[in-house]
Amino acid sequence: MNDPIIRIRDLRKVYQMGKVLVEALRGVNLEVPKGEFLSIVGPSGSGKSTLFHIVGGLTPPSGGEVIVAGMDVSKVGNSGRTELRRKYVSFVFQKFNLLPNLTAGDNIRAALYISGQKTDSFAPEFQNVLDLLGIAGRLDHRPSELSGGEQQRVAIARALATKPAILLADEPTGNLDTANSLAVLSLLRDLNDRLGQTILMITHDAEAAEYGHRIVHMRDGRITETSTTGPRV
Amino acid sequence: MILKFVWENIRHKPMRTLLSILLIGVPVTLILTLTGLSHGFVEDSRKRAAGIGADIRVTPAGSNVLSFSNATMPLKLVDWMRAQPHVAQAMGTVVAPIGGFDALIGIDPPAFDKMSGGFIFDEGHTFQSPDDLLIDAWYADQRKVRAGSKLNILGHDWHVAGIVEPGKLGHLFVQMGPLQDLQGGAGKVSQIFLKLDSPSNVDSVIEYLKKKDDSFNVLSMAELESLISVDHIPLLTPFLHAVLGIAVVIAFLVVLMSMYMAVLQRTREIGILKSLGAANSLVMSLILAEALVMGFCGTILGIALTYATQYAIHRVMPASLPQAVVYIWWPIAGSIAIGAALLGALYPGIIAIRQDPIEALAYE
Repeated sequence: MNDPIIRIRDLRKVYQMGKVLVEALRGVNLEVPKGEFLSIVGPSGSGKSTLFHIVGGLTPPSGGEVIVAGMDVSKVGNSGRTELRRKYVSFVFQKFNLLPNLTAGDNIRAALYISGQKTDSFAPEFQNVLDLLGIAGRLDHRPSELSGGEQQRVAIARALATKPAILLADEPTGNLDTANSLAVLSLLRDLNDRLGQTILMITHDAEAAEYGHRIVHMRDGRITETSTTGPRV
Repeated sequence: MILKFVWENIRHKPMRTLLSILLIGVPVTLILTLTGLSHGFVEDSRKRAAGIGADIRVTPAGSNVLSFSNATMPLKLVDWMRAQPHVAQAMGTVVAPIGGFDALIGIDPPAFDKMSGGFIFDEGHTFQSPDDLLIDAWYADQRKVRAGSKLNILGHDWHVAGIVEPGKLGHLFVQMGPLQDLQGGAGKVSQIFLKLDSPSNVDSVIEYLKKKDDSFNVLSMAELESLISVDHIPLLTPFLHAVLGIAVVIAFLVVLMSMYMAVLQRTREIGILKSLGAANSLVMSLILAEALVMGFCGTILGIALTYATQYAIHRVMPASLPQAVVYIWWPIAGSIAIGAALLGALYPGIIAIRQDPIEALAYE
């Protein structure tokens, strides 16, 4: 772990809900070194999803500085955030969010196509990732033909296909049973260990958060505590 | 990959897609059928004009190329023209419109036979009594009549004496005298056809006749055939423009509704694409590409349906409504349908690219 790949200074986000202004983030400061697996935990309304969305370029910040993979997210517009999503970050969502009309393989190709990479065949190293995820034989199936665990592994494969600087995982085990949850978390940790993939995961689940190197606790739009996890066996 | 997206989206909602394609195809059929009918009528008129075997047609001044005038020229003019230099034969006819584009033609049978070579009979015989009527095979099919049947036309009961081969001047023929009496135009004719001693004298005879009397329209048959065009069918051009306008509106609304629904149904997918880094231009391209495919398929279907309308109309009204296949209108109708489809997809496309990715991803 070395230079910060995410650097956040005094990040603020205010939403307008009708005539009411809601402060979702109230001055967040955070640095995430390259190669770290960071877990963010907190109750609903703590601001962890907002932080996730800003780092992923899905919504702009209201104030402060957010630098992700060298791009100052607070100073770019919609097209800049689109470029951030296309080149530097990838998402894994709780609801998998696979394109339902495409096969698993085409879902991965779609991500490659959007990022401007070749789609006719997968690189050998990515083939290894597919083997590691255990979905190499399931690529011709549509999402509706896959189990929840398989769908989430396809989503992880799709997220990794474009070799993003940061993998952003939003409650990746929220829709999975215990066995599949453990499998997915182990995979994420394994991918982090083997590939040095930076991962930022938000979760409600304290046990899931333990898979990260570090846990950031949030409440009421602020980081309240940061703790380091012990080594995993 | 865009084609893959479009194909899978279309395949995923086959009923919506088929319905949209059908609804885009209908205005294409409408356009092609209407143009086919107008061109078919013109082509049929041209062939029938040529089938008379004349070199020159004389009509009253101010008459339209295709419109049927009442008998206003004196019958004795036929004899006068027959006596002019280079005129080998002259034949007067009376034209009585009977509704639609059909007309009852009153002829002088010996003169008609001499000029045109005579009718070829499929059934029956030539005129034997004043009430005898000859009809061509298309009109017989249309009215489901045979030789010996009765037909009431212009309030008069006619006896179908014979069914003849089509292609000579009109579809229905009676003797000139009874028709003149029926119309109260005894001694008058609507048009006069001249056959010359040599086709090379056409220009000089026309010039001569115009000098003698400029109160008539004198046209060579070649000129007449070239003037028989869609532009001379009264009110057709504005009607055609109205149909084109309706076609554009239908295709536009169909695609607008279809793609609007599709964008709403695919809100989450659009959110996924945006989360993957899809630019607005790609999202818009996907919507437009789908509209393009539907517009193209609608055009193909519309063309295919035109053959169905041609078959159906030919079965029902082969004489009154001949329908041609006008290939030059295929790309025009297709462009209209595809252009309107793309236009209709623009608004849903704008909605798609304006969608907030977080809200789109949360869409159930």
